[in-house]
This record gives sequence, structure tokens and C-alpha cells, in this order.
Amino acid sequence: MSYSEQEIRDLRRIAATLRGNLIEMIPPGKVGHLGGSSSIMDVVAALYFRHMKVFADPKDARRDRCVFSKGHAVLAQYAAFAELGYVTREDLHRVKTLDGTLQGHPDMDHTPGIEAVTGSLGQGLSVSLGMALGLRLDGDDARVFCVIGDGELDEGQIWEAAMAAAAYGADNLVAIVDSNKVQATDATEKVLPVGRLKQKWEAFGWNAVEIDGHDFAQILDALDAAKACKGRPTAIIADTVKGKGFDFAEGKAAYHNAAMNEEEYARAVELVKKMKEEA
Amino acid sequence: MSNMNMRKAYGEALLELGRENGRVVALEADLGKSTMSNLFGGEFPDRYFQMGIAEANMISTAAGLALTGHVAFASTFAVFASGRPYDQIRSSVAIPRLNVKICGSSAGLSDFGDGKTHQSVDDIALMRVLPNMKVLSPADYWETKKMVKAMAAIDGPCYIRVNRNDVPSVTDPDAPFEFGKVQMMRDGADAVIFATGFMVHQSLEAAKLLAAEGIGAKVVNVGTIKPLDVEGVIAAAKGMKGAVTVEEASVIGGLGSAVCEALAAGPADSRVRVLRMGIQDRFGTSAQRYEELLEAYGLTPADIAAKAKEAIA
Repeated sequence: MSYSEQEIRDLRRIAATLRGNLIEMIPPGKVGHLGGSSSIMDVVAALYFRHMKVFADPKDARRDRCVFSKGHAVLAQYAAFAELGYVTREDLHRVKTLDGTLQGHPDMDHTPGIEAVTGSLGQGLSVSLGMALGLRLDGDDARVFCVIGDGELDEGQIWEAAMAAAAYGADNLVAIVDSNKVQATDATEKVLPVGRLKQKWEAFGWNAVEIDGHDFAQILDALDAAKACKGRPTAIIADTVKGKGFDFAEGKAAYHNAAMNEEEYARAVELVKKMKEEA
Repeated sequence: MSNMNMRKAYGEALLELGRENGRVVALEADLGKSTMSNLFGGEFPDRYFQMGIAEANMISTAAGLALTGHVAFASTFAVFASGRPYDQIRSSVAIPRLNVKICGSSAGLSDFGDGKTHQSVDDIALMRVLPNMKVLSPADYWETKKMVKAMAAIDGPCYIRVNRNDVPSVTDPDAPFEFGKVQMMRDGADAVIFATGFMVHQSLEAAKLLAAEGIGAKVVNVGTIKPLDVEGVIAAAKGMKGAVTVEEASVIGGLGSAVCEALAAGPADSRVRVLRMGIQDRFGTSAQRYEELLEAYGLTPADIAAKAKEAIA
């Protein structure tokens, strides 16, 4: 399926709005996972506002599921939920507060739209596999999308799940690797090199696709290709930039989980404004 | 009474659940012939998930199945069902209170030949400390069957530990099972013995030895370790001269700790001296026979009788 320029432009505008929601959650002095949330934001826009079956009721039985295994980037989901009406703007402002509904990591009990409890890294792909198997068992054609960090691939459980998902031919499961190449303390290549990802996923029996994770046409095409691929799960390896959209943070581990200062925040607001204008 | 196997009870109960309830699924980590979940797998291959030797993935996958409305039973040896995937149980299952039912098989010292790595001294303590987790420890074949059936009806995560070996039946097959209640197995006026698992049998034998010496020992089966029947424990200890707890697990964090916590906070007339029997802060070891190990770890009827006398001295 090919997408019109208008459709791509719409998504770009949505992504700009979502990045605006992201910084709204973390005003100057408030710590948040800016880097990993903005690297996956374009994929989030494509998933929730174009590709996935999404409904006004976040519990609608027909919905596709999206699980953030890299739970620390949940701010990206919250940004989308605000636009979908699952949470309010006031909720965004109270993220990670005692009386808020938005926890520091995904928690289905607190937040409408969150599908599981994740954040202890490495577990989300297994949970997603269980959902995919459960849906298939029920003859339900809903699909499951699991967002994984490239640093998270250090966790052995990811590869246990990868082996099992291929063994069960879970073609209703899509893993999206946010390959932003920077993890909590340093470049992924320095912390623990993850190697050739496409080949790894293929060796585990998956259909694997490499894309530019900030190119909407490529994101949408890869998601369509995943849907068309039968008999095995698909891994989309999205080449992304940590902190994408916020030049002062791009590619820097220092912004993995940090607070912006006043100057940076003002710059972020300005950048979002520009993104919206250019979209 | 004839010796019967708790693993067989687990497998049979799971199969019955499979027939009664289409939402029940089962997962296994390459030990289905031992845990006997393979009975379920034979009849319901579509609802049986062989996950390979990958317990972490098994538990989180079970969570995913629960999130799509299934009641997911996951089994393997107790050490690999509790400690090995501890964080998966904690994060994927216990925090969201999912319907994942974990069976720790060959628990305690019952896997006598395999030694330290395969003998679970810590599973009760690990599962008991988890918020939202229920911990069950059946005394025999019949209680295992009833508990497994009950687990499917309970909302939320449960952990059950079963013995590897054929053990004597001590409970009434026809008595209804009441989740979360202690069960008086034998009355006595002097000492109370709180026991769980196969140790209920050992304690009943100990009570006979004590009776021969004119000492009345009350034996209480604590099948549900969490939530503990605090009222039942306090009532059983009331007026006793002393108490003993007996479990085939570490004395730290398990039944003994739970009973002490309950009695320490209870009324004065039930605040008796408690001696905790079990595995004394050490790991297991290999042996040729189960009985040998129970002797080596001081868990025979004679050991329990001696400890009860010490408790009331």
C-alpha cells in the first residue's frame, strides 16, 4: 500500500503534536526519559494514528495491542493517549506524581490504554507473545506490537521470546526495535555491542526489516509488510536518533533520563513549534 | 493409607480443569513428564505451550495469555518456577495481579538425588514476600487435587508447591476444601504442631509417638501459607504449652516465620514459645533415598516429637 503525501504530512503533524505533549510532561527541572521517548515517537504516531486498530474505548475487544517493553519510554504512549482522549492534559501534567494516573513505567491498573506491566526490561516481548498466542487461540484477528529498545536486547529473555515466537509461528506479533544506539550510560556499541540485528532476528526465525524510523513511508510500508507476512513474526528494526527533534539532546546518553533546564526547555518549545509549522 | 503422588494429582486436576473450562491453558518448560502437565497437553495440544528450557519467557508469556482472558498454569521444578523467574513473576504477573497459576514441582528436598541446585529451600519465602501472591502447600494427593481446582477459581496469581515422591494420604478425599483455612488434623492438649506439605504426615506420626509418652500434640495442617489463616493459627495455639512449625523449606521466611508473625501479634494466651523446624538456613544435598535426606535434615517423626517436647519443657 502506498501512502499519499497528505497522509504522510498528517502523520508528521501528529508526531509534532506528540513531541509537544512529551515536553509538556517534563517542564524544566522535572526528570523524564526524553531521549528514548522521542526516538520512538514517529513509530508511535504511525501505530496509533494510522496502522493499529484503535478505538475510543481503550478496552474495546477489537483493538490491536501495543506493549512498550522499553517501558521507560512510556511518555511517548502517554503523549498519544492524550490525543486519543484516554488521558487528559491535566493527567500529562501530573505524570509520576503520587496522585497522578501516569506512572513512571507502564501500569495497566493506572492508565487506560496501557496493556501490561512492563519496565523491568526484557519481559515485554514475552508478554506480547502470550497475548498473540491468546488472541490466536480465540480466533481473534487482533495483532500485537511490541516496542523494544536496542539496549534492551542485552536481556537474554528477549531472545528466549524470539525463539518461542518463531517456534509458534506468531505472525500476529510484530517486534519494533527502537535502534537509537544509545542506552542509559553510553553508546550501545560501547556498553555491549548488539551486533547485526537483522541477521540476528532472521537467525531466530523471524521476518526482519530494517527501516529509517523517522521516515513515515518506510514505517508504514514495514508495518504493512509485517501484516502480510504469514507463518512467522516480523521484527522491524527502526534506525532512530535518540532525542529526535530536540537538537540539544540528540544522540546523547545524558538525556536518557534527565531534566531540561529553562534554556533547553525554551529551545524544545521552539523546535516543536517549528515542527508543527513545517509539517 | 496408600502412597499417592502429588505431581499426579496436579496433572489430573489440570486435565479436569481443561475439560471443565475452555479458558484454562498450560505452559511447561521441558519438564512436563515430571510435573505431569503433559496429561493436559495430550488432550489439549492447542492449549498447551511447550516453552522449552526458558522459564523467564514461560512466566511472562503466561502473563500475556492471562491478559487475553486465559487462566494460565505454568509448571516446572520449584526452584525454576520461583527463584529463577522471580522478577518475571514479580513484574509481569504479581504487580498486575494476573491469573497466572504457578506450580513448583519436586519441591523441598523431595528431588533427593539431584542435590542443591534442584532442591527448593527458598521458594515459599520468595513467593510469600510478593504482594498479591497466594502460596499453597498441599499435604497429599487429595489436597493437591482440590487446591489446583481451587486455584483456577481464585482471581489472581497463585503459587503451589508439590512433592516429587509418593507420599501417604492424610486428608479426607471427600471433605470439602476451604481455601485459606487451617485444618485441625488431630487434637491435643499440650503442644501444637503447625505443619505443611508432606510434613503434615510426619507430624501426625510424631503425635502418635508423643501420645505413647502421655503428651497430647495437636497437629494443624497449614495448606494455605499466604494468606495465612491468622485467626485459625491463634485459636490453635491458645492455651498450648508450646508450638512447633514444620516445613520442608527454609525456616527463614516460610511457614515458621508466618506463624511467628501471627502469634507475636496475637493475644497473650496464644503467645506461646515457637520452635521452627525445617531447613536450617542451608542448601540441600544429594542422597540415594528421600528418607535419608529427611533424617539428615532432622525432619523425621522422632525429630518432630523431640522438638515438641523441647517446646513445652
